[in-house]
Amino acid sequence: MTESSSISKKFASLPDAESSNREPKALIQAVDLSLYYGATRALKNISLSIREKLVTAFIGPSGCGKTTFLRCINRMNDLIDSVRTEGQIQIAGHDINAPDVDVIELRKRVGMVFQRSNPFPKAIYENIAYGLRLHGVRDRATIDETVEKSLRGAALWDEVKDRLDSSAMGLSGGQQQRLCIARTIAIRPEIILMDEPASALDPIATAKIEELILELKSQFTIVIVTHNMQQATRISDETAFFYLGELIEFAPTGKIFTNPSRKQTEDYVTGRFG
Amino acid sequence: MGIHRGHKARPLEWVAEKLIFAISLSAILMVFLIFLFVAREAWPIFTGSMNSAAIQPVLQASDTAKLKPEVLQSYLGLTKAGFTAMDRESIQALMEVRQAAMDELPASVRSDKDANLNTVSWKYLIQPHQWTGYDKPEYIWQPISTINKYNIIPLVIGSIKASLVALAFSVPLALGAAIYVSQLARPALKEWLKPAIEMLAGIPSVVVGSFAYIFLATVLQKFLGYESRLNALLAGVALGFAIIPVVFSIAEDALTSVPRAYTQAALALGASKWKAAWQIGLPAAIPGVFAAVVLGFGRAIGETMIVLLASGNASIVSWSVFDSTRTMTATIAAEMAEAVFGGNHYRILFLIGALLFVVTFFSNLAGDLIIHRLKAKMEGKV
Repeated sequence: MTESSSISKKFASLPDAESSNREPKALIQAVDLSLYYGATRALKNISLSIREKLVTAFIGPSGCGKTTFLRCINRMNDLIDSVRTEGQIQIAGHDINAPDVDVIELRKRVGMVFQRSNPFPKAIYENIAYGLRLHGVRDRATIDETVEKSLRGAALWDEVKDRLDSSAMGLSGGQQQRLCIARTIAIRPEIILMDEPASALDPIATAKIEELILELKSQFTIVIVTHNMQQATRISDETAFFYLGELIEFAPTGKIFTNPSRKQTEDYVTGRFG
Repeated sequence: MGIHRGHKARPLEWVAEKLIFAISLSAILMVFLIFLFVAREAWPIFTGSMNSAAIQPVLQASDTAKLKPEVLQSYLGLTKAGFTAMDRESIQALMEVRQAAMDELPASVRSDKDANLNTVSWKYLIQPHQWTGYDKPEYIWQPISTINKYNIIPLVIGSIKASLVALAFSVPLALGAAIYVSQLARPALKEWLKPAIEMLAGIPSVVVGSFAYIFLATVLQKFLGYESRLNALLAGVALGFAIIPVVFSIAEDALTSVPRAYTQAALALGASKWKAAWQIGLPAAIPGVFAAVVLGFGRAIGETMIVLLASGNASIVSWSVFDSTRTMTATIAAEMAEAVFGGNHYRILFLIGALLFVVTFFSNLAGDLIIHRLKAKMEGKV
């Protein structure tokens, strides 16, 4: 247990589930964030704060910048050569683009689930163990335990427990995506970013993922990009509407879908455009 | 009008398709025909109908008239057409020449116990033999000698040794470069690095060989202080230069075609770029990388000019890379021009050629099978 305790120790300082009856605090804060791809400005002065242990949905038409913004939160945009950002993103008050921030440490705290399920072409077990080993967990028993816990957490354990050593590529699309979620929660991030996690799945698999998100909410702060408005209403607590690189409206989900304050939001959620 | 299918609906496309099919078929046929040619030239060795003994049985020239034509024909080694075209006098003369050649054999050869051995039989081709004057059985390639010795083991060892050195030298370099170019390098850098490395393939092998022979040999000898200037190490390193672009190019393609989603997933889990490339990208590309190595091996064992220049061409049995070595390919290249057409030496050289064919065929076949297994395993089909 020694290695795993080093991971859980880091999270010990985080508020635990009991404190969630209090009004949730802001965890992620964007302050006047702009982002450029070369000369194109993809995000325009975004300021918003995402509160912990809530599900926050980003909606908006394609190309509106919601995924770009999502990828700013774990600095995946760093991988694109021509990207330049202005303004700040803070997590728990720390600027994540500050020079002293280790991007590896950041990504350990901010997990990500991609649009297309992308398990590694390895055994199911290895898919989850990889992240643990990456962060220095070596003890076989601890890894075994975490693999099981994560798979149970992602509601996949019963389906795969007898074939942990077979390749993850043999799973169905929905199972693969839940494996990706299991892989992400295995390293116990604080925040999970999800980029349209159910867009490539059938309705049954989608329902499973949504159920899972609601379960994970008690332990993680979840930010999800979605094109599916019903999905946003079903799972999210707060919703941000992006349009042409701008944040148009950010409010509790119920308000966005029933009583939006901006005309553009209303047009979008009622299906008049987008 | 009815529904037309096949060549009736689109005759031109049908013709084009069949033409392309015929061309690809002819390529396969060509390879097969070349193999057939090589195997045919080596065939008498397989059937054991050659006899290379220094002392051959002699039929007396005075008995020519009494002998049957078939016996004469095979004794003189003539074709049926050649034999029937000759008149009695010519045959008589040939018989006398043959007898004289045997009569004039020096006494030293006559008394040699090895003079009666058929050195092109399998036993002497692959097993060691204690030749006259040696104190233990040895593998010896000495195709031009009083007693011709055709043991191919030194050549096989030479080829394997040089190829393995070449792989050991080039695979890490080529693979490192492939990983760097495909996974780590900035696009601008990749744009000129990739063609630059692939340009190595455009250097003629005789130039690489000469470079190794003149320059690299001196440098390596100076640093490593070994005795023979031209040796398996030098040949292997020079061969390595020739196969780096082959291995690099295929491995780089394999690595580039690994879905970016895999490495992205690793990065999002907190892997460094290097770890994502090494632990996720490379394993996912393993089938292609393996194919690159197999192809590199095929190229290395078949390469001729570089080893001819840089290996020292001493046919000795030794696994030390610091000894001079003689490869199968270099042997064919160096000796084919001097071998008597249809003679023992000639046939043996073609046997070596056939052997090379078989080795590359089976290494490619084995490589292919392994690649399929790796792929199936990765895709969860096993």
